[in-house]
Amino acid sequence: MTTQRKGKKKAATVDRDHALHLLHAMIRIRRLEEKCAELYSAMKIRGFLHLYDGEEAVAVGVLQALTPDDAVVATYREHAHALTRGVGAGSILAEMYGKQEGCSRGRGGSMHLFDGKTRFYGGNAIVGGGLPIAVGLALADKMQQKGRVTCCFFGEGAVAEGEFHESLNLAALWQLPVLFVCENNLYAMGTALKLEHAVQDIARKAASYDVASAAVDGMDVLAVEAAAKTAAEAIRSSGTPYFLECRTYRFRAHSMYDPELYREKVEVAEWKKRCPIANFIAKMKGVGILSDGDVAAIEAEVAQEIGEAVAFAEACTWEPLEDLTRFVYSERRER
Amino acid sequence: MTSDDKAPRKITYREAVREAIREALQKDERVFLMGEDVGRYGGCFAVSKGLLAEFGPERIRDTPLSESGFVGAGIGAALGGMRPIVEVMTVNFSLLAADQIINNASLYLYMSGGQFNVPIVIRMATGGGRQLAAQHSRSLEGWYAHIPGIKVLSPATIEDARGMLWTALEDPDPVLIFENSGLYNMEGTLAPDAGPVDIDRAYVRREGKDLTILTHSASLFKSLDAAEILARQGIDVEVIDLRTLRPLDERTFLTSIARTHRALIVDEGWRSGGISAEIAARIMEGVFYELDAPVQRLCSVEAPMPYAKHMEDAVLPQTDKIVDLVRKMVGADG
Ligand SMILES: Cc1ncc(C[n+]2csc(CCOP(=O)(O)OP(=O)(O)O)c2C)c(N)n1
Repeated sequence: MTTQRKGKKKAATVDRDHALHLLHAMIRIRRLEEKCAELYSAMKIRGFLHLYDGEEAVAVGVLQALTPDDAVVATYREHAHALTRGVGAGSILAEMYGKQEGCSRGRGGSMHLFDGKTRFYGGNAIVGGGLPIAVGLALADKMQQKGRVTCCFFGEGAVAEGEFHESLNLAALWQLPVLFVCENNLYAMGTALKLEHAVQDIARKAASYDVASAAVDGMDVLAVEAAAKTAAEAIRSSGTPYFLECRTYRFRAHSMYDPELYREKVEVAEWKKRCPIANFIAKMKGVGILSDGDVAAIEAEVAQEIGEAVAFAEACTWEPLEDLTRFVYSERRER
Repeated sequence: MTSDDKAPRKITYREAVREAIREALQKDERVFLMGEDVGRYGGCFAVSKGLLAEFGPERIRDTPLSESGFVGAGIGAALGGMRPIVEVMTVNFSLLAADQIINNASLYLYMSGGQFNVPIVIRMATGGGRQLAAQHSRSLEGWYAHIPGIKVLSPATIEDARGMLWTALEDPDPVLIFENSGLYNMEGTLAPDAGPVDIDRAYVRREGKDLTILTHSASLFKSLDAAEILARQGIDVEVIDLRTLRPLDERTFLTSIARTHRALIVDEGWRSGGISAEIAARIMEGVFYELDAPVQRLCSVEAPMPYAKHMEDAVLPQTDKIVDLVRKMVGADG
């Protein structure tokens, strides 16, 4: 059955510990990525670097709904997902440095973070390429009766790819436990949603495959969390897929190479007023849950963590070149 | 067991593949088959006929027409602990799944620094010769053999059709198996205890001392026929079945050429940038000073596959062309 709920506004009820947790998670992302940008300018990090500023509420809110057993498939804009999922900041930074202690042993870089321990399956830089993989992970879970959820993040750009449509059809047809999370930030590189989609209501496309779907304000971490929890519960109880569109915005350019010629500064400034972190702080302070001291304490803690992560990445070592072709194939046949 | 069970059985290539799939499904709970029309229809080449009734729709899974979607789902299922056999009707349609094969399956292990392997087997029909015209007759196994991270098998014989699948399923990495559609009806005998075969080595299918033919898949039989004709003319040809196009077992063919001093490559793929070019280069690198004649290649004519029978025959490597070329190479024609 198809359901469509739009931005159902619930009065935010959240306890202090949880508010601290959510804020901490969002600030970690923001500060880690600010550091990444800085290290990029310092030429410590190379390649493509896609940052997540403005979208923090999505990764943080959605991942609250997963258990450690669930799986995550992400895109090239995945630092936030990896970090929130439990991949260490040090191991993420070491990867961007290209060091062997990085979470992909220096073979992946910014766009290809992977982590077996947290079932974090990337780190995929082919737009739309991760969706069928997520469907397959869910298929494996279903066939093995594991009762797990596979969560797949992608942008609204991916929704125009055939793989989006093939994947939703398969997941619905075979009733697979996939949480499809569309991070609709209105731009695919420089192409605006309206230049790319004949039907701009993305959730409607999912609904057309008979996938239960909802759209949520992606700038509001509590709303995202609530929507994701509803989605995950629906998936766990029905075993069927769910599509969640998070309406969000990226404050920075698409990547560090992007001169951002396609949108007006005023538009960006308008959206920045909806910053998920600043607004969450204001809201929590407004209801007396958090104080300035709390925020300062989180900032200090995060600054220390990131300082240590940078020091770690700096101290890490290069993969020996003798191992250049290691992991092209597995080292042994096993069974 | 009656004594008859010990005698070699008559079996087709198609049945051999089916037996291999059936055995895999019986042996390992994690194995399942999926693809377009593999279930109710019985497989577009009737390979999986009967398996649905035996194993049910969970394990013999009909998919929608969405090559990228279900090949990608196979990759995900392999990552998730299953051992999927994914059938793509023919290599022509695998191009819609090329992104999943080339950008995902072949890369997961490497990009993840050794954390995520993809134990998937993807089977597809390949080859021309059945008057199906350009969009149904491609031989692109050589293209796939270009990609590090996947393995490419080209079983020609009944034994290999029967035996390669299980070994491929035991392999932790993605394996592509190309079944030449012209071979499905081929009948042969198979030992009753025939089982898994290695996938690491090329085999000498016929020994000879004057020249080595390197080939695979359907061209193997044309090469063996040519060798018989040539033997009657006093020319003794060795025929090597490459069997696996990636990784190539160059030791077997270099050793052979070091003995025969002449090499001809017969391949249904095209010459330019094809697997034959790769093999020729390896011969130069490996045994150049052993050669008594330039390495030669007999490949498909560099045109899309035409429909008309006489034109199609002219495009593909054929026995008479192999005979002519070998005679030239050994200087038999003056
Ligand atoms: C198949 C494919 N085509 C093109 C690209 C180049 N590219 C990288 S990101 C991107 C835009 C994707 O936009 P969206 O899916 O909305 O994600 P966002 O970057 O907004 O998070 C494009 C076109 C690619 N990586 N993969």
